[in-house]
Amino acid sequence: MDIMPKWVDIIVVPFISVLIAAVLSALLIIAIGESPIAALNLMIEGTLFRSAGWGYMLYYTTNFIFTGLAVSVAFHAALFNIGGEGQAMIGGLGVALVCLFIPWPHWTLAIIGASIGAAVFGMVWAGLPAYLQAKRGSHIVITTIMFNFIAAGVLNFFLVDVLKPKGSMDPASANFPTTTHLPTFQDMASIFGFEKAFRSAPANVSFFIAILACAAVWYLIWRSPLGYEIRALGKSGPAARYAGVRPVKIIMIAMMISGALCGMMAINTTQGESERLILNFTEGAGFIGIAVALMGRSHPFGVLLAALLFGFLYQGGAELALWTKIPRELIVVIQALVILFTGALSLMVRAPLERFFMSLQKAKA
Amino acid sequence: MEPAIELKKISKSFGPVQANKDINISVMPGTIHGIIGENGAGKSTLMSILYGFYKADAGEIFVDGKKISIPDSQAAIAVGIGMVFQHFKLVENFSVLENIVLGAESGALLSPSLSKARTELAELASEYELNVDPDAIIEDIGVGMQQRVEILKALYRKANILILDEPTGVLTPAEADQLFRILKRLREEGKTIILITHKLREIMDITDTVSVMRQGEMTATLKTDDTSPEDLAELMVGRKVLLRVDKTPAKPTDPVLEIQNLSMVDDFGVKRLKNINLTVKAGEILGIAGVAGNGQSELLQVLGGYSAATGVIKLNGSEIDLSTSVSGDGQARRAMGMAHVPEDRQREGLIMDFMAWENAVFGYHREKSNQANRFFMDNNAIRKETEEKMKRFDVRPPNPKLTAKNFSGGNQQKIVLAREIERNPDLLLVGQPTRGVDIGAIEFIHQQIVALRDQGKAILLISVELDEILSLSDRVLVMFDGEIMGERQPENTNEKELGLLMAGVSEEFAQ
Amino acid sequence: MIDFLTLLQVLDSSLRLATPLLLVCLAGLFSERAGIFDIGLEGKLLAAAFVSAAFAAITGSVWIGLLAGSLASIMLSLLHGLASITLRGDQIISGVAINFLAAGLTVVVAQDMFGQGGRTPPLKSGGRFEPINFPGATSSKEMNEAGPLMQLYSELLSGHSLLVYTALLTVPLSWFILYKTRYGLRLRAVGENPAAVDTAGISVVGLRYSAVIIGGVLCGIAGAYIATSLQANFTKDMSAGRGFIALAALIFAKWRPWYALSACLLFGFFFAVDTRFQNILLPAWFLSGFLILVALGLISYVWKKDYLDKAVLGGLALGISVIAFMVIFSVWDTGISRQIKIPVVFIQSLPYVLTVVVLAGFVGKAIPPRAGGQPYVKER
Repeated sequence: MDIMPKWVDIIVVPFISVLIAAVLSALLIIAIGESPIAALNLMIEGTLFRSAGWGYMLYYTTNFIFTGLAVSVAFHAALFNIGGEGQAMIGGLGVALVCLFIPWPHWTLAIIGASIGAAVFGMVWAGLPAYLQAKRGSHIVITTIMFNFIAAGVLNFFLVDVLKPKGSMDPASANFPTTTHLPTFQDMASIFGFEKAFRSAPANVSFFIAILACAAVWYLIWRSPLGYEIRALGKSGPAARYAGVRPVKIIMIAMMISGALCGMMAINTTQGESERLILNFTEGAGFIGIAVALMGRSHPFGVLLAALLFGFLYQGGAELALWTKIPRELIVVIQALVILFTGALSLMVRAPLERFFMSLQKAKA
Repeated sequence: MEPAIELKKISKSFGPVQANKDINISVMPGTIHGIIGENGAGKSTLMSILYGFYKADAGEIFVDGKKISIPDSQAAIAVGIGMVFQHFKLVENFSVLENIVLGAESGALLSPSLSKARTELAELASEYELNVDPDAIIEDIGVGMQQRVEILKALYRKANILILDEPTGVLTPAEADQLFRILKRLREEGKTIILITHKLREIMDITDTVSVMRQGEMTATLKTDDTSPEDLAELMVGRKVLLRVDKTPAKPTDPVLEIQNLSMVDDFGVKRLKNINLTVKAGEILGIAGVAGNGQSELLQVLGGYSAATGVIKLNGSEIDLSTSVSGDGQARRAMGMAHVPEDRQREGLIMDFMAWENAVFGYHREKSNQANRFFMDNNAIRKETEEKMKRFDVRPPNPKLTAKNFSGGNQQKIVLAREIERNPDLLLVGQPTRGVDIGAIEFIHQQIVALRDQGKAILLISVELDEILSLSDRVLVMFDGEIMGERQPENTNEKELGLLMAGVSEEFAQ
Repeated sequence: MIDFLTLLQVLDSSLRLATPLLLVCLAGLFSERAGIFDIGLEGKLLAAAFVSAAFAAITGSVWIGLLAGSLASIMLSLLHGLASITLRGDQIISGVAINFLAAGLTVVVAQDMFGQGGRTPPLKSGGRFEPINFPGATSSKEMNEAGPLMQLYSELLSGHSLLVYTALLTVPLSWFILYKTRYGLRLRAVGENPAAVDTAGISVVGLRYSAVIIGGVLCGIAGAYIATSLQANFTKDMSAGRGFIALAALIFAKWRPWYALSACLLFGFFFAVDTRFQNILLPAWFLSGFLILVALGLISYVWKKDYLDKAVLGGLALGISVIAFMVIFSVWDTGISRQIKIPVVFIQSLPYVLTVVVLAGFVGKAIPPRAGGQPYVKER
């Protein structure tokens, strides 16, 4: 029998892990000489008590949903896609090319085109490491790290040498045409007469595409035969071969889906927010996807919750940096602690719980 | 005289599983002591405790009459205990010499240790007739040779007590005989040997005394001369064993599987199958005997569609395309009426982290009957069907939502069998159907296979257990080094004749 | 053509830039040879850089800085050991976490301690490792007049900090430890088959911890070097991916010390070229010819492979050919011997591209230690 009930595994273990990360972060804040409670209050007020705060939080959340889902899909195939950052950068390039060089009549069509462009570019960028893993056995963790650096080089080249408008000093593309601009939450709220809601916050319709992506990934992984094969390969390579699942094909497909999801992050950042392609627009979201996927236990619903939490932390972190002497990098520390305790040190949380449930069982018997 | 080894009331459990319970054992010096029992009876655990690999929960260990504690392998080595594990513990890309020296170096620098070992190895080799090339790399030498390195490793560490865990599993009968000669030689030199095995023949051939284990408990300790294979078998399983399967003579009809000139080269360029020709007819069980590692696994892999090969395979008269079969044609072959119970159910046949219902469609998950529509699987229907199937095959507990790893070995195998047999295939490939399965389930599994044959289906059975081959098959082929050595009728042959074929002694010679 | 002195100056800076790579690469070598993958090299390097700079700034002693930096790096190594050896967690995840931990903590603490936006104050002379000038070496002012041998001696061999020479000495030392000592035999064995080590009565856990601690020390020295010698203070994210490049060099070197030296010097050379020459010019015919050769090589390789190889590598070949023709097209009017500027980012990306090529096994297969990445669990 499984030692622990399923709900402990799904809810209690991640909860305790996050709690430990929170306590350690609080200690760090005390060490800096600030009050963790005041900091938390500030974060909550700045994020949840203002509609603009929500607008920023959901903007970050959108990014993290995409990258979190991407890492999750790869995890299900037992692949560690650490290259989300690079795939998102190349996805941004796809968005920029689609938005700049195709005359879109309306944003509704532009977002479809940009999504396809982002997905295809991200897919290609993830496809090469996937191919090297599937056919040449090159460790995908190392290749995707290398591809992150190469992607940064490629993006830099395009921005400095190709897409930069003549006369501009800024390594950025030209502004996208207004017909490609996505409605923000402020625009949408104005339709219903709330002109003041979400003022100047970057959250936009891409958020709903991210929610759709959650649903799509859920169906893919848990309901479709392809998802079944991805999970089968992830759990046991020899068994998958026995069942007639082609490992090469599944590795390729899983990584390309993962790359496509990372790429699609760019519709939020590049088409939705900056409305032109800039350097460093990914802001580490590809890496945060790892924390989100680990915390969300690679389940789309868990990813959604974890992405909301990290969205909150990012917006809250910005508030802290603004009003206290706690720098934004505190969030990076929290993110590291979450990865550490939900991922690498999970046995530290699980072992005592397992012992507890074992003694419960023995007491019953 | 003091016993060389004495264990008193040893107990060990892994989580909820009690692997050893109050075991007492005593072995006199200069003898060969056998420990026999079914898979999972707790033999290996007991010996691992003696070697310091695990720590016993309770109990005492005496060596040469002195009570000692063995917290780790270093302590076991220090009191003169050596162990040859079933899966060798060698560093594959190290030389023989480096493997022997590892952990028994004479100083911080390597080269003095190596040259010292080289001289001592030469002495040991001449003393016990254990010749190996000290500079050979482990991955380049055969399993028989690797086993010698393991024995030499123990002797180099001055072991007086040598434990061997299932040492003949990977050896041909000839290699096994050679091993036994070495063991007798060691006994003459005054060494004490503990031999763990599940093969009755080995116990009768070589041991002086024998202990029988069953479900973690020691059921008896006897002098080998005072016992018989039948008695031991009964002690092992706890009741009279039906060694033969009740079945009527086969009524073979049309050929279902035809294999012509099948050859296969593995990833390392080694030829694993050499011009295999065979036919399996409807209504018969064709058994393939052989020592593990002589191409049987590769034959199953090629037939199952996950290894490329050259030659011709016909299923129901239509040829299977082998040229494109790099891997992943298993589903196409299943659709053609082939079913496959793989050799290793935990590695291949099941996904241990999947629930029973998910495993119940494994390999058939893209079939129409399992699909709700073009895009999605019909999970509810699969769950319901699985529950019924589990009841029919007496899987306990019949809960489709339980994860595969939570079932016992026999019940896991029943889940695999239920999946493959209930498809009503024309051809069933079966590899090691009863490995690690308890006796009760063995009988059930054998009955199911015979019943399928009686429905007029073709069955290709591969097993390293000669008993199983002889009692189930209607015809027997013997494989050695990727080749078919000959065909026999089970009623007109015996273990000795098959053993010679399994060792590669050619057909004419065997007759 | 560039003159001899310029070449020497490039090589000199290659050596300086290769030093942190080499130390970190050898750190990874010890760890991975023992079967512990270490993605967290970058984080350890960064943490050591900050702590050594901070301590050197406060105490004014670079040696205290070095010691403190190494201790910080060892702490992170022990965390990695706790996660991946004791708790049998995922080594990759642990490494990723360590990288973020270092990236975040260094800035948070630096800001709290010095309030200079995540930097440490510039180090004064006692807080830095100064260059060591060999006896008789010419000063840089008179370098132009000196003979080639003197230039070689003074420019390339002399004038580095102690840590550069230390790093170079670490290579033969690592080789000796790995291949000539009992400890090295055991270390290599535990990365290949920990069960063999365990049954031989040696502690797998102890060996692996010792290996990650050695890695911690080496990363510590590397961190101290970048913050107290290569530069004279700590700046945010100053490790700049060196940990990952070292990892690449380790694969390039196939986990061997002398090869690691060559790989790191090569990668150091790329960086030196990149900083020295802002514009690298190549004749257009040479550039497109080279690209077309690469494309043809790929096409001939996939000729008899399956459709996936054809699609992926063929697509790559197509892309490369398109670039080649675009180059030719762009110089069509002025003739194909016109010089084309190679964007610097391509030189910067070369180490990564080369590593991917090596990983792909097109140029010699890199086989990692067999037990690498897997926690050791006794078989039942």
